Formats: sequence, C-alpha cells, structure tokens
Amino acid sequence: MLRYSAKQLLNMALTLFAVSFLVFALNELSPGDVTRKILGPYASQSQVDHLTREMGLDRPALVRYFEYMGKALTGNFGNSIYYRQPVSELMWDRLGNTLLLAAISFAVIVPISVLLGVLAGMRERGWFDRAVSIFSSICASIPEFAMGVFLLAIFVVWLGVLPGTSPLRGDAGWAIWMQFVLPVLVVTFYDAGYLIAMVRSSMVEVMRQPYIRTALLKGNSFRNVVAKHALRNALITPFTVILLQLNYLVSGLVVVETLFAYPGFGRLMLEAALAKDIAVLEAGTLVAVSVTMLTQLFGDLGYMALDPRIRV
Amino acid sequence: MAEILAFEHASIAYDGRAGRQIILNDVDFSIGEGEALGLVGESSCGKSTVALAAMRYLPRGMSVIDGRIRVEGRDIAGLTDRELSRIRGNRIAMVYQDPMSSLNPVMPIGKQLMEVPLLHGETDENAAFRRAVAMLEEVRLPAAAAMMERYPHQLSGGQQQRVVIAMALMAKPALLIMDEPTTGLDVTIEAAILELVRELRAKFGTAILFISHNLGTVARICDRIGVLYAGRMVETGRIGAVFRSPSHPYTRGLLGALPRLSGGGRRGRLRPIEGTIAAADRARPGCAFAPRCSFAARHECEERPILMVELGDGHLARCARLDAVRASAEDDRAAAASAATDGAPIVLRVRKLSKEYKLTGLFGGEKKGVVRAVTDVDLDARAGETLAIVGESGCGKSTLARIVSGLLAGTSGEVKLGETDLAKLEVDDRPPEIRRQIQMVFQNPDSTLNPSHSIAYALSRPLRMLRNLASGDAKTEVSKLLAQVRLPVEVAERMPHQLSGGQRQRVAIARALAGKPKLVVADEPVSALDVSVQAAILNLLGELLEQSRLGLVLISHDLALVRHMADWVAVMYLGRVVEYGPVAQVFSPPFHPYTEALLRAAPTPDPDAAPPTAALEGMMPSPTEIIVGCAFASRCPSRIAEQCDTTPPPVRQFGEHRIACHLELGRQAPAERGGRTEIRSSIS
Amino acid sequence: MTEVSHDLAGGRVGSFRGTDAAAASRGWARKIYDLLTRSPIGTIGAAILLTWTILAVFAPWIAPYSPTKIDPALIADPYPSAQHWLGVDHLGRDILSRLIWGARTVLTVAPTAVLGAVILGTFLGLLAGYRGGIVDAVIMRIGDTLLAFPKIILYLIIIAKFGASAFNIIAVITLSSAPIIARIVRGVTLDIKNRDYVAAARMRGESAFFIMFVEILPNARGPLIVDFFLRLGYTTIAIGVLGFLGVGLPPPDPDWGGMVKEAYGMIFVWPHMTIIPSLAISSLVIGANFLATGLREASLDG
Ligand code: SF4
Ligand code: SF4
Repeated sequence: MLRYSAKQLLNMALTLFAVSFLVFALNELSPGDVTRKILGPYASQSQVDHLTREMGLDRPALVRYFEYMGKALTGNFGNSIYYRQPVSELMWDRLGNTLLLAAISFAVIVPISVLLGVLAGMRERGWFDRAVSIFSSICASIPEFAMGVFLLAIFVVWLGVLPGTSPLRGDAGWAIWMQFVLPVLVVTFYDAGYLIAMVRSSMVEVMRQPYIRTALLKGNSFRNVVAKHALRNALITPFTVILLQLNYLVSGLVVVETLFAYPGFGRLMLEAALAKDIAVLEAGTLVAVSVTMLTQLFGDLGYMALDPRIRV
Repeated sequence: MAEILAFEHASIAYDGRAGRQIILNDVDFSIGEGEALGLVGESSCGKSTVALAAMRYLPRGMSVIDGRIRVEGRDIAGLTDRELSRIRGNRIAMVYQDPMSSLNPVMPIGKQLMEVPLLHGETDENAAFRRAVAMLEEVRLPAAAAMMERYPHQLSGGQQQRVVIAMALMAKPALLIMDEPTTGLDVTIEAAILELVRELRAKFGTAILFISHNLGTVARICDRIGVLYAGRMVETGRIGAVFRSPSHPYTRGLLGALPRLSGGGRRGRLRPIEGTIAAADRARPGCAFAPRCSFAARHECEERPILMVELGDGHLARCARLDAVRASAEDDRAAAASAATDGAPIVLRVRKLSKEYKLTGLFGGEKKGVVRAVTDVDLDARAGETLAIVGESGCGKSTLARIVSGLLAGTSGEVKLGETDLAKLEVDDRPPEIRRQIQMVFQNPDSTLNPSHSIAYALSRPLRMLRNLASGDAKTEVSKLLAQVRLPVEVAERMPHQLSGGQRQRVAIARALAGKPKLVVADEPVSALDVSVQAAILNLLGELLEQSRLGLVLISHDLALVRHMADWVAVMYLGRVVEYGPVAQVFSPPFHPYTEALLRAAPTPDPDAAPPTAALEGMMPSPTEIIVGCAFASRCPSRIAEQCDTTPPPVRQFGEHRIACHLELGRQAPAERGGRTEIRSSIS
Repeated sequence: MTEVSHDLAGGRVGSFRGTDAAAASRGWARKIYDLLTRSPIGTIGAAILLTWTILAVFAPWIAPYSPTKIDPALIADPYPSAQHWLGVDHLGRDILSRLIWGARTVLTVAPTAVLGAVILGTFLGLLAGYRGGIVDAVIMRIGDTLLAFPKIILYLIIIAKFGASAFNIIAVITLSSAPIIARIVRGVTLDIKNRDYVAAARMRGESAFFIMFVEILPNARGPLIVDFFLRLGYTTIAIGVLGFLGVGLPPPDPDWGGMVKEAYGMIFVWPHMTIIPSLAISSLVIGANFLATGLREASLDG
C-alpha cells in the first residue's frame, strides 16, 4: 500500500511537471504579450523592450521555466498583471471560498445520489427506478446556467424568498447562509443527476450477480440482501467517480460563481483568461491539476480498502 | 417416505415481448426423504428453471401457469415472503454452477457461512461460528478456522465449491439442489467434489436434486434420473433401468452420441442426434422431439399430446411409439472405425519446446518470477492421424497449441514443419506458404466468427489471403467448403448469430480447411457444444481426416473424447508431457500415475462402474514454482519420497510409448500395481 | 412475491442467445424499429433531436424574421405575441428566429466537434489497445495528462491564448474528449483482440490495420454510438457554458448560451428573454441523453 502511494505520488509529480510545462510553453508562443499588456497600447517599443529585459523575459525559456517552477514550489507564483497583486494572495482567498461551496455541495450531493441510486437500482425497471432514471437524466441534461435561470426565476423573481446574488457579504440584506442556498441547489441538481445514474447502474449490475441470488436463497429478506450484500459491492465502482466530483466542484464552479457573483476560484480563472493574465491562469491550472491528482490518489486508496480483491 | 419436493404437472411460461413461451411443460416428479434425483438435458431444456421454481425464485416474466409445486406438502405458491424465507436455505438449499460468482466477493467466507444459522434460528454468534468451522471441516477444507477469514478470491475453484456446499449444508436442509455443481471444474477436482457429495449425503441423509448436462456425473450421485427435452420430461426411472434400457429416442440418442472411454476408439462413427432444438419445438402440440426423431410418425407423434407410459418399476417414457423404438437394435456403432495406419509420415516435429513468460511488476521494472508454461515438450503429429493433447486447465496444452499455430512464439526448442523451424515465428512472421499449412479451429462457437461479418466473408477472406483466389473463384470455393462441412449453400449469406453453435463450429472447420492445410490444430473444438451436436462434429472431423490426409492436433480435457478421436496421445501436467504414445497404449497399463488418476476421475455414464477411489488431493502447483524433481510429486499417490522431490523422473520407453516417472513401470503386471509398498521397496 | 421482481436473467430470458453479437449485427432499420417499440424514452429523445435538426436545416425558410434584425420599437412590449410567438429580446430581435438560427450553430459545431473526437479517439484507442506495450503506454499517458486538466480550465487557457472562434471550440472539445473515447475504444479493443475471430484473421495473414478497422472496429460500434449521443449532449452544454461565460462564439451569430448571458442582467424585468433560450438548450441536451439511454436499453435487450 505504501509503495503504491509512493508510486502514485511520483506519477503525480510527473504529470504536474508535464502540465506546467505545457502551460508555460503555450505562454511562450508569444512572449512579447506580457510587457505590452502591462504598459498598454501607447507605450513605445523601446519602453517595452526595456521592461522585457528588466523582467528577464529575454532569457531562454527553459531557464525561466525552471526559475518559475522553483519559485512556485515555495508558494510564489509571481504577480498578476491584471489585479496588480501577488498571485498567491489572490488565489488562496478565492480558493477558500470555492472550497467552502464545494464542501457544502459535496455533503449534499453524495448522500442524495447514493440513496436514490441504490433505491432505484435495487429493483431494475420498477416504477421507482424509471422515475429516478428520468429525473436524473433530465437533471444532468440541464446546463448549470439554465438551471440557475430557472431557479432564480422561481425563487427570486417570482417568490422572492432567496437572494439572487451571493457575494458573501453581510451588507446585502440577506444572511450569509441564505446566499449559499441557490448556488448549492444548482450544483446539486446538475451533479447529482450524473452521480445518481452512476450509482444506479452499478447497483443494477450488482443485483444481477449470482451472489445476490445466493444471499436471497439462503433465506435473507430482500432488505437484508440489499443492505448486507449489495450495498458495499455497488459502491465500489462509483466510489472513484464520486471522489472525482471534487475536481469538478473546485474548477467547474465557474458558471455558478458567475451566475451568483460568488467570489470564487472559477471566476478568478475566467477573469484571468479574459484579461490574458497568464500568471494567474498558470498558477490556477497547477492548483487545479494538483487537486485532480490528489483526489485520484485518495480514490485509488479508498477503492483498495473497499474491494478486498485489489491489493497492490 | 415423506415427500420433500414435488412438481405436480407443473408448467411454467415466460411472457415477454414475443408473446408467451412455454419453458416447462407438464413436469411431474417428486423427491422423497434422502433420495437423489438427477435431471439431465441439454442447454435451454429448462432444467435450471426447475431448480429456481422449486425455490419460487423465477426470473421476472416467468410464472407457473399450470400445476403445483409442493415443498414438504405445502404448495409454495401460497406462501408469504416470510414463510418462503424460512424454507430457503433452511429446508432447501442450493449449490450453484459457478462458485466464484455465487459467493459475495467482499465478505469473508466465515461471515457468509454464519449468516445461514443466524437467519434460521441460531441466536448465539459464537455457536454459529463454531458450526461454520465444523462444517468447513466436514467438507475437508484445510485449516478451517483460518479459512473463515479469507475472501472467496483467495481460494481455488474446487475450494470455493466446497465452501458453497458447506454453506448449503449449514442448516441441515432436507433437500439440496445442485445446479451443474462441477461444470467448469477439472476432472480430478470434479471427482473429489462428487465423492464429497456422496459421503455427505450418506452422513446427513439429505435428499438431492442434481441438475447436470453430464450423464456420467448423474450416474455417480443419483438413484433416479429424469431426462428433460424442450421443457418436457421425456423419460424417468431408476438410473440402472434408464441407462440399461433407455426407451425414449432422445435418451437413446444422448447415450449413443457420447464417446466412451471403453469404446474402440479410432473414430468409429458416433450416432449424433440430427438437427438442433428450435424455440418453436416447445410449442408443438405433439412430441417436441419429432423433428429430430428417426422413429417419428406424423399420425402418432405430432397430432396430440404424448403421455408418459409406464414401463414398470417407476420407469416412464413419453413416447407414442415405444414398442417400435424398443424393438429396434440399440447400438450400431463401432461400424466404421478407421483402419489403423502404420508409419504415416510425420508432418510436425516438436522437440524440446519451452515457453517462458517473465512476470513483471504492476509498473514494469522489478521481476516477480518466471512462468514456465511449457517445458521441454517432444511430440510428433502425423498425416491423416490425430495427436491428442490432454490435461487439466493450466497444464499448458493451449499454450502449446498456440505456439504450433503461431499465435504465440516459443522461447526455445524446435517446431519443425518439414524443414522449417517455426518455434519462434509468430504467424505474422511466417512465410505465407507455411502459414497456409497450419490452421486452427477454436473452442468457443460464440467468438470464433466475427459477429459483424457474414459467413461468406469468414470463408472467402482466407481463400483470398491464403490461396490468392479472385473473388469469383472464391465464391464457388465457398460453396464447396460449405458442402464439405455439410452445410447448405444459403448459409453463406447468413450472419453468425443466425446459426446454431454447431453450425458455427462447422463454419470454423470450413475456414480452417480453406487454405488446404497440412495440419489443423483444434483447441477443445466441441467442449462448448451439447452432446448431441458434439457427436456430429466429431464424425465430421473424422471423415475429413480420412479424406484429406491432414494431421489433426486435438486439444482436450475430455478423456473419453480423446480415446475416441486420437491415434496418439500426450498427457500434459504443469507444462510437461508426462506420458506419450499410441492411444491404445496410453489408455492401458502401464500408466503414469497422473494418467491413471485422470482415468479414474473421469465420469462414465455407466451405473455399474465402480465408484472412483482416492481422488487426487491438492491442486496443480503454480507454473512459477521452480520444480527440481517430478512436477507431479506434490499430488502423486505413489510418490517415492526423496527421489521424486529431488531428481527429474527418467523417461521410460516401451516401444513408442513413453512415461516420465521414477516408478519401475511395466515391470509388474497391472493388477499388482495397487501394492505400492512393494514397488517402493524395490526401488529404494 | 417481491424479490422475484428483480430481473435475474437481465431481461434476456426470451432469447436463446443473449450475446452482444446478436445486438451488434442487427440492421439499422431493425434497430430503429426496436428502439421505437422498446424504449419510449429513446423515442422521445429521437423526436426532440429530429425536431431541432429540421429547424436547423431549414432555418432560412422556417425562421419568421432575421435573427439579427434590431427593432428598438418592439422593446416597449417584448413579451410573446401573435407576431412574435416567443417575444423579442432586449434589442428587439425576434427570439424564435434567434433560437432557430442558434440551433443551426449548435447543431453544426457540436456534432463536428464530437465527430472529430470520435475519429481521433477511435484511432488512438484502437492503436493503443491492439498494439499494447510502449505505444499503449505513450498514448494513454498523453491522454491522462490532457484529462488531468480540468476541462473548463483547458478551454479558458486555449481561448485566452487563441481567442474565441468556432474552430477553436471544436479543437478544444476534440482534444479534451478524444482521450475519453480512446479509453472506451481501447477497453473494447483489449477485449475483442483476444477473441478467436481475431486470431483467425491473424492466422490467414491479415495486416494489423485490417484487423483493427475491419475485424475489431465494427464490433465496437454499439458503445460508440451510445457515447456519441451522450457526448453530443455534454458538448452542447459545453458550448452553451462558453457562450454564457462570454468566451463562446463571437457575436452577432445567435448562440443560445450567449442569448442567456446577454439577457441575464434583465431577468428581473424580462425573465422570458433568459428562460426561453435556457429551455431550448436544455431540451436539446435532454433529447440527446434520452436517445442515448434508449439506444443502450435496446442494445441490452438484444
Ligand atoms: S413420440 Fe414419436 S417423435 Fe416423439 S420420440 Fe416417440 S417416436 Fe419420436
Ligand atoms: S516420478 Fe514420482 S512423483 Fe512423479 S509421477 Fe512418478 S512416482 Fe509420482
């Protein structure tokens, strides 16, 4: 197990390395951009050249890459040219907000998905299964922004019981917790739609296995079979997928954050992209990829714990 | 004798999109206390439905439409869910075909066993634990207490089936239903399991409903037998009566189609049952077997339902022309055995062939050992003759076949076709002319043909690739090939899924013949087919062998089939050939101890056969183990302590017959060979 | 009899051969017929997709107005009316016409992108699965690296660098979906390459490419077709999201996500301007997903 984790960590480092290099290389395709961006369109060419030299941008790309990575390892991701502020300060703050939203959503999504998925999958093609399947399929089909529009129209425009924006400030007239309701709801509908389907199909698969028949023909009641024999088996496959939702919840929240003006990590990335603020984008990508790799590692470890057949 | 399970003229139907389909039709039998009834029949005859119906566990869409099923006198249709749970696992328990998938993979075995008493009255966990350990000992599992902690995947197939049997017996049920309990297990393991069942039956007095496609296994366990065909019971009676005077044409057909260990060999024609069972046969008003029956008479057989006719002493058969059938001669085989051929030219010469795989860790890098799949094999295949390679799973026979046919490359040694050495040449590297000369027939009729392409494609591609035929010529040649394997020309336009398993296997044979090969390698060509179909394919292979003088390398686990088909036999164990020679000599003493064990374990459909004695213990060692002495030493009943463990066995030569063993075989008459002590003292 | 209701034989009791082969090699006409009779869900999905496709193909003849014609006079009463069935947007453009033309955009960009991904992914998956070894390791490693990027961030980087255009969107979607398709195809290939009919093809000397494309690929079409429609749905969402975030197709081409974005600020005043395009995009994705579900059910029932 330990050896496996070590291997995975090494693997992770390699991927991170590859990713960072890719992003950096992409940036290199037009090196003049950064200084031009900082100085604006009216600066003279000599001013641009001067700044380029001053920032060390005229040195070979590879040297600058390693320099950048060296600093990045100590938490220094350089400065944002758009926000004119160190990237690290900017990012951790926003990341914190997003993680909060992600954690709440995760805590709502997982139990709902597992419950509905298992209940639906235990009797394949029963009425409850059909209903849940259609419901989850529709949920997964409605883009977050559309779901946001629908919920906003109902709860804010029509009923007026919830706030339409979530800037996480107390001065907007709504309690902070209420500001979380709509964002969490939107994420939940979209993501649970997908997860329910996953859990359901795994459950259906398990219920068809001969050992379920064995358990039933031993004299177990159906409930007992589901709880004691089917459940754990049915969660093995979706487990990794469930954990992988964390990635989506960290970097994929950009739509929800935009919808509700939530000061999160995704919106930071969007703004950086629009402003061509490469330093922020680069740092954000590294963080997001690290999150992906970490969840993958935990996913694998948990998978091994769940399934005694897998031992590395 | 109290009746445990009774089917009273029960009919079961499946209602699906295609309308109603009768699965079981008027099935009537009963099992009394301590009795053992065997149900035999070929695939989709409805035998598994009987088992599920007895537990009231029918797949969705199936229901009992007529008659009744009683358990200990009570009609199970009227039971509540709770009452049903009290019967399941408690009064009736079940053992399944595939033990691995019947056990919960994420629950330790002990927990799964303890569940049974805890569900049926036991309240004390410790008592349940003790009972589980005791039962594991009862089914002869080593280190029973430690076994409780293990997971199913940590056991071998035979051990898993023992666990399933232990689980079934935990509550001391009145009836044990066994649905193909040994299918998929090796013969020596099968023999040990059957032995265990006999013993436990004697000990606990449990009644048994034993479901199998194999007449031999049924003969070993049961008192009575029922033969199912297309959902109807066609014959039933005491084992002895049914086997000695089979009365229904189908029962006769089954017995006649079976190659026998005691038969004459040399491909004497078997009597296949013509045709195949069709879904529509179930719906016939008269006899379902009529389309395949050589006694069928329109007026008597097809117009009204056929009733069971009593033949005395509980022997019943469902046939309208019993007198005609019973009057006809029963066995007309042994007629056309092919003449012995002496000195047939050698087509393929295998010398010192070995195949090793290096095992690498999950991430490459560190070595985890070497698998020796095939070690130092010497064999010859001759034109017009069959070389059979027999052994249990993992013995290396398939690897050997794949090296010969070029799907794998050997590691060292020679495989010579004429003057060319093919041992290290994969098929892609072989010259086209060589490639043409060795072709292969595969085991699984479901995957032998590409489901996306027509039969014409399957046959014309090799014609074009191997014989460079233009598409016009290929077309006429396809018809010829189909005729050669006795298939109508229209088959060319069909897709594989429109053919039956037997037909697909014929196409596969035609495909192998397309390049006019010198040697055909057939890897278990009939093991996935029903007995009645199997016989026709074996006859076909026999004919082709004679007509075209090609050499056949036949890979099989079935000794009776090998006895029937082979001219030469090689017995393999753990990658080595332990015995090799002309078929008659291999099947008569002196034997290699392993061959002897295999022969004893093979189930024969003969109620008078002596019960097998002393089945082999243990399992084949892993091919990664480094073997210094004899590979069979860990299981050999006649092992000579020191010598066999440390010194490779010498090859003893009796003319063309070779045996690799330390025993001084052949020195003594076969009858004396039971007295091992003598032999041992004479050697040591 | 409650526990009987779960389907022991997986609905395959009726057929004597429950092989995937049977399902795979059935003709197209038969498949569609099956779908219509077996899966109402699939039928609904197909109907929705078909409707949008017809609207998209015949947009110039069906759309009542020009999608870009601005008429400020209409903003006084932008709600649905007899002239403008779905009302007009904040610039007085006819929403129905913009939806119909928008369908044209989505239904060009999304299938192109998915098809690109399918072609690239299938090729790489076949190669990786059939060849194995180093080729497999390299292809899968590159795929994993691409997949390690959260998708949305990958879009943002590319768009920040190269700008928003239909071509870039297609390229990004192709790149980010191809590894997933490659994985699916590789899985199927690993399974099929050990089937006996592939061995038979080797025995007669077929080339690796022939085996990959003629022997293996046709048998992978079942999962690929299902995945195509699923992916069509996801891609439609992705295009909508990019439009909504303002990094989608550049205006003035009507684009459903963009329509939502433009009118989003006015949801309190004129909610229909955002709700209607939101419904449009949702319905298209639902159509694709339902069809995929239906196809999968039909192929499982075999
Ligand atoms: S009833 Fe007729 S067709 Fe049926 S088995 Fe007897 S003789 Fe043959
Ligand atoms: S060499 Fe020894 S162990 Fe091997 S088969 Fe002969 S007697 Fe048995």
